[in-house]
Order: sequence, then C-alpha cells, then structure tokens
Amino acid sequence: MINPTEYLPRTYQARVSTYWWLKRWAYLKFILREASSVFVAWFVVVTLLQVRAIASGPAAYAASQEWLRSPFILALNVVSFLFVLFHAITWFNLAPKAMAVRVGGKRLPNLAISGPQYIAWAVISAGVAWILLRG
Amino acid sequence: MSKRSNEPFLWMLFSAGGVVSALLMPIHLFLFGLAFPLGWLDAPSHEKLLAIVRNPFARVYLFVLCSLPLFHWAHRFRFTLYDGLQIKHLNELINVFCYGGAVVGTAIAAYLLWAIA
Repeated sequence: MINPTEYLPRTYQARVSTYWWLKRWAYLKFILREASSVFVAWFVVVTLLQVRAIASGPAAYAASQEWLRSPFILALNVVSFLFVLFHAITWFNLAPKAMAVRVGGKRLPNLAISGPQYIAWAVISAGVAWILLRG
Repeated sequence: MSKRSNEPFLWMLFSAGGVVSALLMPIHLFLFGLAFPLGWLDAPSHEKLLAIVRNPFARVYLFVLCSLPLFHWAHRFRFTLYDGLQIKHLNELINVFCYGGAVVGTAIAAYLLWAIA
C-alpha cells in the first residue's frame, strides 16, 4: 500500500528546544517522573552491594554500613528516596487512568482503583519493616 | 503483516517493574538508606540479615526486587533520552545500553543471590 504521507514535502520541521520540558510544570513533572527511574536503578545497585556484603561476612557488612553513612552516599540516598516516593505516588495515581475498570457499565471512581494500592503499599511496607526490625 | 513488535512485552516488564518499585522500594530505601545510617533505628545484625538472605523465599523476593525494576528503568530511561534529550539518531545504541544493562543486572542479581553460602 502506498503511504500517502511519504510524498508530502518534508522541508519544514519545527525545531523543538532540547529544554522543552522546562517550559511548563506539567512537562517538568513528566521528566522528573521519567528521571525517577535512574534512582530506581541506583537502589538496585545499592541492594546488590548489600547482598554481596552480607554474604561475604560481618566485616564486609560493617564496611558497607560505613559506606552508607558517608555524606555523599547518604545525600544521594535521601534524593533517591524522594524520587522513589514521587514514583510511587504518581504510579498509584496513574493506575486509574491507565486502566478504566467498568462495573455494570459504569466506570469505577479513581479512588476505587488507587485506594487499594495505597493500602497494599502501607501493609507491605509495614511487613518489610516488621521482618527487618523485630527482635 | 509486518514484523511483530516486542514493544508490548517490554512495556509489560516496564509496568511490572513500576509496580514492584512503587510498592517495595520506598520502605527499603528509607530503612537502609536513611534510618539505619542516621541512627534513627537500630540496624539489624549481620547474623540476622544473613539468616534472611539464606531463606529461599527471601532470595526470590530480592531477585524480583532487583530484576523487574531494572527493566522498568531501561524502558523509562530509553524514552527520557529519546524524548527528553531528543537523541533519536542513537536509538539502537540506547536500546542496547538500556535493555542490555537490565539483562546484565538481572544476571548479576541471580548470581549473587544464588551464590550465598
């Protein structure tokens, strides 16, 4: 099949600035959300280093705890925590928009979809904290 | 019909990784990244953590916690470079770097978790 747009003149292409995402809060929010993925990846690196340290023995574990206390890593983890939190909140709020669940011909309200996720988040977080902090 | 796209599969990994990151990462990062280093809470002993990571369920949990979020990162980072910085001409290189990175990271996670004595 012939693609009709293939024969259109393509001489004009509006240049979009590389910094287009700084122009509006909504755009910036989009880019910040996308950027959160870098901190998600950083968290995986930290977790794997911890797993390796724990497997290597008490001395390696102590060294890794010392490393996590160093100012740069600590600051990076504070920023990462804020980004991961931002990811979590935007993700839960996005779910009702990504999947429109209909019950009896009516669309479920947003809260009916994001609400249970917030509850699951709280329960899971409490569970993880309980396992790590008990006795 | 044209070649079947693997985009839906990659999107599924992105989405699953997004769910895992959202539900599990904040508490992990809060405890290990902030609360323990700053002394707000007592960090668990080495003995205790070793017992946890020796548990097969905990290993599966940690594997999922590391692997799926890496594919989430790959997908998002790829489009950040693509749309945000508009470096579309490097598309193939970006794809190899992002998804390749996620695959390598997953392999490292599997190895580290498997090798725990």
